[in-house]
Amino acid sequence: MFSGDQIAGALDQLGVTHVVTVPDSTIGQWQHAIDQRGRTRMVRVCREGEAWEVAAGLHLGGARPLVMIQCTGLFESGDAIRNVVHDWKLPIPSIIGYRSYLNQDTIPGDTCLVFTEPVLDTWRIDYRLLTSSDQLPTIAEHLGACREAGRAGAIVVAEGKA
Amino acid sequence: MTTTAPPRQAAGAVGMSALDAITAVHARRGPRDVVVTTMSAARDWMTLEQQALDLVFVPSAMGHATSIGLGLALAQPQRRVIVCNGDGSMLMNLGSLASIAEAAPPNLVVIVFVNGVYEVTGSQRVPAVGSHGVDFAAIARGCGIRSTFTFPDIDNWRRELDAVLGARGPTVVHLDVASVQGKPGPRSPGPAGERARRFIDALAR
Repeated sequence: MFSGDQIAGALDQLGVTHVVTVPDSTIGQWQHAIDQRGRTRMVRVCREGEAWEVAAGLHLGGARPLVMIQCTGLFESGDAIRNVVHDWKLPIPSIIGYRSYLNQDTIPGDTCLVFTEPVLDTWRIDYRLLTSSDQLPTIAEHLGACREAGRAGAIVVAEGKA
Repeated sequence: MTTTAPPRQAAGAVGMSALDAITAVHARRGPRDVVVTTMSAARDWMTLEQQALDLVFVPSAMGHATSIGLGLALAQPQRRVIVCNGDGSMLMNLGSLASIAEAAPPNLVVIVFVNGVYEVTGSQRVPAVGSHGVDFAAIARGCGIRSTFTFPDIDNWRRELDAVLGARGPTVVHLDVASVQGKPGPRSPGPAGERARRFIDALAR
């Protein structure tokens, strides 16, 4: 739905210094463009819970990190989100890939569609779901507004057919 | 810089006093160093004089002190970041050693206090204690971290500590420490959100 250059441009608008990430087949395709632009450092971690805590350390240290993971990694991240966002009250932004939203050809009946948005609601993360390419400006608008308000915001990007 | 681990007894059966070991870190940390502590290490650290650049990671998401430390080290490359972690916590987030190797911050020192038990929950043993315990220095080397050390006794730890802290990191240290029965877990020294704001301010100064 979005190209790597489009995402890299949105990250530039937000002044993101580090993207802490575990890739999937959609968001992983953006890494090259982000790396090539040279303004945002990619921090590659092994598991998504790590990503939130690395971002927490970056934020405490004065950087502007963003977590970029798939929704399956959101499920894995629960305790880290609870700790970072709610215990330590750090407004870490994220971009989350929404597996199977646009089609279920690969995984018919994918339960990601059942749990992704309720889990975001449970963790009280203010999110916007993007389902078409004309919503690109929403990334900078929403995450910028969340930063101004001091709350954790997320962009959920529908994955599947463009 | 790598030291070869000498033969060790079962984790927790022998080893230096964890309080002595962390007191040595407290005495040698520099005024601009950031120190992250968690679980038993946080409890012991809080018995010592506190500084603005101490991040007592309580409450935590268990296992993630190394990840917080990695982020801090990347954001503050001019400061040394020392993480005092336990073996139970390290086992919960072993992948973070690979993440640290990948990012390779030269200013990060991870000290793993290895006692073979989850001390704060009543000293139940951690997995894979076995006859020698988990060798965290070897795991770190296997991840590609070249600066690793192992210390089974306090005299060597005190003698080599300055060299360890001065090594080009990332550095991982395996300390064999004795487990202590019956000590309570660490208590949070105050609301975490307020402490985060003070810590950010201290780092910005």
